[in-house]
Amino acid sequence: MGINLKTGKVDMSHGSGGRAMAKLIDELFVKHLDNAFLRQGNDSASFDMTASRMVMATDGHVISPLFFPGGDIGSLAVHGTVNDVAMMGAKPLYLSAGFILEEGFPLADLDRIVMSMAEAARSTGVSIVTGDTKVVEQGKGDGVFITTAGIGIVPEGVTISGDRARVGDAILISGSMGDHGIAILSKRENLEFETTIESDSAALNGLVADMVKAVPQIHCLRDPTRGGLATTLNELATQSGIGMQLNESAIPVKPQVAAACELLGLDPLYVANEGKLIAICAAQDAGNLLSVMRDHPLGKEAAVIGRVVEDRHHLVQMETCLGGQRVVDWLAGEQLPRIC
Amino acid sequence: MKYIDEFRDQKQARDIAKAIAREAHADRRYRLMEFCGGHTHAIFRYGVQDLMPDNVEFVHGPGCPVCVLPIGRLDEAMQMVETHGVILCTYGDMMRVPGAKRRSLIQAKADGADIRMVYSTQDALKIARDNPERQVVFFAIGFETTTPPTAVAIKQAQSEGLENFSVFCNHVLTPAALGAILNAETPVDIDAFLGPSHVSTVIGSGPYEPFAEQYGKPIVIAGFEPLDVMQSALMAIRLINEGRTAVENEYTRAVTREGNTKAQALVNEVFELRDAFEWRGLGLIPKSALQIRTEFSGFDAEKRFPVQAQPVSDVKGCACPEILRGQKKPLDCKLFGAVCTPENPMGSCMVSSEGACAAYWSYGRHRQKADQEGQSKGAA
Amino acid sequence: MCLAIPAEVISIDGDTAQVSVGGVKKEISMALVDDVAVGDYVLIHVGYALNKISTEEAQKTLELFAQAGMLAPDILGGQES
Repeated sequence: MGINLKTGKVDMSHGSGGRAMAKLIDELFVKHLDNAFLRQGNDSASFDMTASRMVMATDGHVISPLFFPGGDIGSLAVHGTVNDVAMMGAKPLYLSAGFILEEGFPLADLDRIVMSMAEAARSTGVSIVTGDTKVVEQGKGDGVFITTAGIGIVPEGVTISGDRARVGDAILISGSMGDHGIAILSKRENLEFETTIESDSAALNGLVADMVKAVPQIHCLRDPTRGGLATTLNELATQSGIGMQLNESAIPVKPQVAAACELLGLDPLYVANEGKLIAICAAQDAGNLLSVMRDHPLGKEAAVIGRVVEDRHHLVQMETCLGGQRVVDWLAGEQLPRIC
Repeated sequence: MKYIDEFRDQKQARDIAKAIAREAHADRRYRLMEFCGGHTHAIFRYGVQDLMPDNVEFVHGPGCPVCVLPIGRLDEAMQMVETHGVILCTYGDMMRVPGAKRRSLIQAKADGADIRMVYSTQDALKIARDNPERQVVFFAIGFETTTPPTAVAIKQAQSEGLENFSVFCNHVLTPAALGAILNAETPVDIDAFLGPSHVSTVIGSGPYEPFAEQYGKPIVIAGFEPLDVMQSALMAIRLINEGRTAVENEYTRAVTREGNTKAQALVNEVFELRDAFEWRGLGLIPKSALQIRTEFSGFDAEKRFPVQAQPVSDVKGCACPEILRGQKKPLDCKLFGAVCTPENPMGSCMVSSEGACAAYWSYGRHRQKADQEGQSKGAA
Repeated sequence: MCLAIPAEVISIDGDTAQVSVGGVKKEISMALVDDVAVGDYVLIHVGYALNKISTEEAQKTLELFAQAGMLAPDILGGQES
């Protein structure tokens, strides 16, 4: 008898290593993620590497709600790690996926999530080659937590790192800010608002490949996830020991994202993204890089938003839409909706 | 966004700035106190100060209900959760304010306290309906803008017989705070006030008239957007130049002289004046806050859950009392940026993003760095 | 204090209404206002409509802003940067 995907729930036996777990792996995980590695049935995957430089990255995913407009925890887990690898300019190849399941979690939801991961992996061109499943008692998990790790190969001559921004460099972003965070918030309890905004969760390796091909000497790449654009730019400024001067009017924000932020008293610069990247390159490469980005479906709204300046305080500053100046500071804790 | 974007237009801003530069007399200073934390936030977020001539200065006032809430009241709310096991519903603004022993609601939540962030009193009512076996307390804070929604909730709870719902009332009054600033022992060096936008929507522009007359300072009710703030500054400068101590209204699209009488009536029905209330940084101010009337005492959390908090004095060296009155600037405080930052706020001005010190730190820190650099270069 | 946003009333159902801010829709309470019709703009704060926004006054205010602009260039002339 096969596993009961319709009404079945995760129970402790699914994590105990016995027949129930083997069934779950076979009839759910391997069925969807299907590839030669998984079909071997080993606890690990083995492969040859041809490159001299590799990149490895890992990401834990604890998002709530598990299913949101534009994605789910599964696709997010794949895109997130793929992007971390891609931000080094690397071509992502293989992913691992560890699942921590809560006792009582519906198998139908797990099935949906794993199918989504399979689809994300397929369209990205990566394989999930090894994994693990554990079950925790009811109340000790949030349905499901997923940890993915990924490896990729760095092409020759590419050194992309957060400490390589230089005075005079151009700062570019690949598209509109704040979509993911607002899509998630719109489903949070006590905050419900109706919006057509969807998460921008996407794998950026294709876009990065095009960018690196045209401008192999890109200095920095990073995806502005938690804490938004502002947080990531501050990280880069500190890492590289420089300051930044941004232009608020150049930063694309979808009208509904701007509106939702107004409603809740949030600043879109601090709202999470899951399918966007920041690129910092020499000023003379900016024009070329921008047009390559705009030619890619995930970079249609790409823009130059500022430049790197000398500043021993490593401040990120911005000319506001009004023409005044402000600092774009680190976030002090999670941004919360406010009444004031 | 209609009624928002048009009021943020850069070209218009430059034009109003030119008018201000032209009309402000070069031989004097203009110190304009923006009373409301929302205005402080707007000024810093858009960098409005950069468009002003050097002799026009914004002085930041105490109009931030989070900033002026005494730590003792926050501790009483925490006691309600931790001692009496209630579900505490609160606006997001209060979550990170440190109480006694530097512990905030977010930290209490991490320790297991049932604290829920809500957007509206309607959400708190829903939580009460969904949890009939639990006591639900709504942590009510805010000036006159936020008070009517609390009044509606109490009346609704009464008509529904929602007996597990109660309100911990900390609503405060703007005119009283204005009076406290103007009545200060050391006379305050302010030439005009920019009055709060949304408090005035509710109370109207009328209540400010006695203050303008008695203290001889013009008051301009200013809208919320940066162009409103600039236009209001221009109107204030004109009044100062003409020597007129009037109340003028820039925010005519939402404020009338009488205000929202329906909302006022609801508030008067449910609340009455407290004799006095302790304001953080401003001290005890008579007739400055509201309590729930006896007719609705069944929904008064203070009566239902007797709590007693130890009075907590402000940190030594904290200049909030002077900053709130516009007598000092954030930079004048020894603790600013050193011990006291938004991550580790020592006093009321740093505690909320609307507070003068927090706004200055988050948005305007470059001015400090530039000033310091200028000073050290000058000294060299 | 008092973050309040102008929103367009999309539909009314007794004491609640659906409003839209730039396409984002939210349900809010109308308990504090009277005489509001679909298509009107209201100021919303913590889930309640606080007041109606006067279209004529908004227009007048925008005109006041524009006036500042019209007068400024004549006088400043050479001071413009």
